[in-house]
Amino acid sequence: MNTLAVPMPSSALDQDWRKVLRWGLICGGTLIALCLVGMPVELDRREIIERYLSLGYLSVVLVPIVIGWVSASQVVLEGFESRKQGLFDLVTGLVVGVIGGGLLSLLMLALDSWNLRDPLVNWSPKLFRFLTYENGMGFGAGAWIVTCGVLSLAGASLHVMPRLARRTVGIVMIGLLSLSVLEAAVSDVSEGFGLEWLTDLIYAKKGGLTLTSTFVVGAVMAVVAALTNGRVKAVTNRYREMEGIERQKASIILFAVVAVLCIVLPMFLGKIMNELLANVGLFLLLALGLNIVVGLAGLLDLGYVAFFAVGGYTTAVLTSPNSPWFAPELHFGFSLIFVVVFAIIVGLVIGAPVIRMRGDYLAIVTLGFGEIIRLLFMSDWLGPYFGGAQGITNVPGVDLGFAMVKGTDPRSVFYLVLFFCVIAIYVSWRLQASRLGRAWMAIREDEQVAEAMGINTVSAKLMAFVVGAVLAAFSGAVLVAKVGSVFPTSFMILISIIILVVVIVGGMGNIAGVMVGSFVLIGVLGGPKQPGLLQEFQNFKLLIYGMLLVFMMLKRPEGLVPSARRSRELHQDEFLQDAWLKGDKPGIDDDEDAAPLLVGDGGGEEE
Amino acid sequence: MPTHAISTKSARRLVSVDRFLTFIRVFLVTVIVIGLLAFIWQQFDADNPFARWRNPGARGLTGDQFKGLLISGLSQGSMYGLIALGYSMVYGVLGFINFAHGEVFMVGAMTGFVASDKFQANGMWESNFLLCLVLIIVMAVFFSTFTAVVMERVAYRPLRNSPRLIPLITSIGVSFFIQNFVLGLFGPSTKSYPRLPEWLAKQRSILTFEIAGTRLLVLAVAATSMVGLWYIVERTKTGKAMRAVAEDKEIASLMGIDVNRTIVTTFAVGGAMAGVGGILWGLMFRSVTHMTGFLPGVKAFTAAVVGGIGNLGGAMAGGISLGSAESIAPLVILEPLGVPGVSQLKDAVAFTVLVLVLLFKPSGLFGERLSSEDRA
Repeated sequence: MNTLAVPMPSSALDQDWRKVLRWGLICGGTLIALCLVGMPVELDRREIIERYLSLGYLSVVLVPIVIGWVSASQVVLEGFESRKQGLFDLVTGLVVGVIGGGLLSLLMLALDSWNLRDPLVNWSPKLFRFLTYENGMGFGAGAWIVTCGVLSLAGASLHVMPRLARRTVGIVMIGLLSLSVLEAAVSDVSEGFGLEWLTDLIYAKKGGLTLTSTFVVGAVMAVVAALTNGRVKAVTNRYREMEGIERQKASIILFAVVAVLCIVLPMFLGKIMNELLANVGLFLLLALGLNIVVGLAGLLDLGYVAFFAVGGYTTAVLTSPNSPWFAPELHFGFSLIFVVVFAIIVGLVIGAPVIRMRGDYLAIVTLGFGEIIRLLFMSDWLGPYFGGAQGITNVPGVDLGFAMVKGTDPRSVFYLVLFFCVIAIYVSWRLQASRLGRAWMAIREDEQVAEAMGINTVSAKLMAFVVGAVLAAFSGAVLVAKVGSVFPTSFMILISIIILVVVIVGGMGNIAGVMVGSFVLIGVLGGPKQPGLLQEFQNFKLLIYGMLLVFMMLKRPEGLVPSARRSRELHQDEFLQDAWLKGDKPGIDDDEDAAPLLVGDGGGEEE
Repeated sequence: MPTHAISTKSARRLVSVDRFLTFIRVFLVTVIVIGLLAFIWQQFDADNPFARWRNPGARGLTGDQFKGLLISGLSQGSMYGLIALGYSMVYGVLGFINFAHGEVFMVGAMTGFVASDKFQANGMWESNFLLCLVLIIVMAVFFSTFTAVVMERVAYRPLRNSPRLIPLITSIGVSFFIQNFVLGLFGPSTKSYPRLPEWLAKQRSILTFEIAGTRLLVLAVAATSMVGLWYIVERTKTGKAMRAVAEDKEIASLMGIDVNRTIVTTFAVGGAMAGVGGILWGLMFRSVTHMTGFLPGVKAFTAAVVGGIGNLGGAMAGGISLGSAESIAPLVILEPLGVPGVSQLKDAVAFTVLVLVLLFKPSGLFGERLSSEDRA
């Protein structure tokens, strides 16, 4: 029999130095890339903690912490004896951080001696001043080497801390960060409730938390974190384990709370926050539609923006008096009927040719269709009908009889968007468990098997396209009514991809996931043109979206709030392996065979 | 394609979709045929009734104009071909669309800009152009290859055995990331390449074709790289390993081929080709931005599909046919039909070609070469 054991290091200095060096280089490379992209300097304007920490420094400082944490984590293989983490990992973290800081100092040296401003736009004295704290080269270099080392050590030490301490530190950090990031939202809400004194207490005049409030709020959070330890999990577990009527009751209460919040909260919010909520709602509507196409049916539609454009243009042509060719000036409500009809037609026309293609071809062809539709709207050919590059302006708002919904009153827009979102959520929720929804999921998992089970894959896929198209068209219609004009440049492929990121980060195939995704991404970082809470990130949000997409695909393809079914699919191997380790799987009962197999698998994973 | 009807209901449904597809096919072919006929008629008699109805200002194309279109189509197509090679090779080996390959091309073009700009600043560009050309090509190839290899190592290798769409989505993220990273590094302004020296760029007349020296250079470099690639893939041991891995990874590894290394080589070679393509793009259009990679990338994928994915000769031929179609079709098919502003529809034509090929012959004009597991 083999004994299952990994080689243990004999002392804290018996490191795998190549690995440490690699992580150090990654740390330094990331820091240098960050500086040259210009993130720290540009974000320096925004204060997190007044006078002590700006968002710019935070973006640099986070790198060694995260990389220190990652470099010191160890792969724990099931069935193996794992090493107890301690001094060994702290040494790893420290060395990684020092190497990273050293590389950053090299950048400083280069900044000081050469001028590469010509191709690299961020190679500026400003960056040098930022890095050296305006204290000269030697001080800057020393300070960064020490800081990076210490921070990376701190990151690594998270592994060594007891669980409770780690949890508390995490909650306090994340809590303070979000309190500071959400400054605009928090002060807006408290202003609405007449609690200005509270925000004045927490935030400094020029933005950011004050030092005292940082400590006070941090302490409060630490106490809360220590008190709630384990309780949150217990509550969610209890909710999960509820069954039948009890579960239904709990769900209804939860739903009612959310609904009341959605209806009441905007009344207390200012214009900017309502605008933000309206944008989030528009993208949520799009994301819910794409969730049906990509998340449920597994069809990667990269030209989803086409349907958005169809909804927008239909509304503009039918309601605007300025429409160049045909201007019946219908009411928004009437035009919605045509929006639905055209969305269905375009959904079928785009869907039919691509339905038989293999998944990846489908993606590229729909991308092509998305571009074709935009080019057609922009061309001189259809210019007399849709206004070409000038677009259609002067689209009236929505006259509801008792109120007028238009862009200057974001609160009304939010309620309109909310109405459509509720429809979309209801439709997706009902469809998910329906015959059609189950057919979609079967197709997603294995098309051939689904077909063999008697599912009409062609019509099911077409239905996915059509439902997605209608939801996107609604979003387009509301967008046009909100903005009051429509231009071909509002429908770039970029939008399709951003919605894809929202769906994937949130959790494909899960309504709650999609909601979380759009709140977090569109609300905090912002949409393609719409600013989010972190307006300073304007120039970097696409970079972050790209990074997030790659990261999620590599580390957590099921998203932040995964759908149980989808994550089972994605981690099928692990589930099978777990089941086998627990002895559930019959067939392999020879231990002698099993051990080498396991070693092989573990090696593969580490790679 | 599995179209075996199971129940009568599903059979009816299938038929209606198929009917619709047939309708689309017939419609597209009719449009193309009518456009061509109208064009031919217009060539013979610019004042015929059809032209008077659809395209009153028609004068037809002169022979020189047509040749010009053909040359520009060929030179642009050869660039698409160079990029398409990378798509085709990666698809052949790993079975997924490396959406970020267009960005590799853009990195090549960007590197070329930075280098050539520096060369021009110290006067070498004028005095010793050929050396500069070789140097910028080497640099662009280096950075493109580097990008492609890092991309493979960081983003794609961990996903080797995941479902097909996962690496595709990842590659979209990679593409987005590289675009915006380059935007951050070099800023949003349009970068313009220095002018080619006059002795090279002047018009020449070859076989009655009036051709600008730049295009000639582009065609020559593209042809040379293609020959080089052909030699690597067909005549060297590495190439043999690449073909073996494309055929069947498991068996190849049993035969003693280092699969990981071969895949990296594939990415590297594809990246090198894209780098060369990037330089050629810069020399020909003289302007590069961080978005340069997107459209040529998608079109090059189209070219790879047109030629038959996994088929290297096909990728080059597909590139050339796509380039020619894109430059000729708007004037030859759309203008006689009375569509105004046809040059705006160039990109739409390219995408229509993709749809056409997938509707009529999904395996491409020259046949795809894929391993059985990827053929699906």
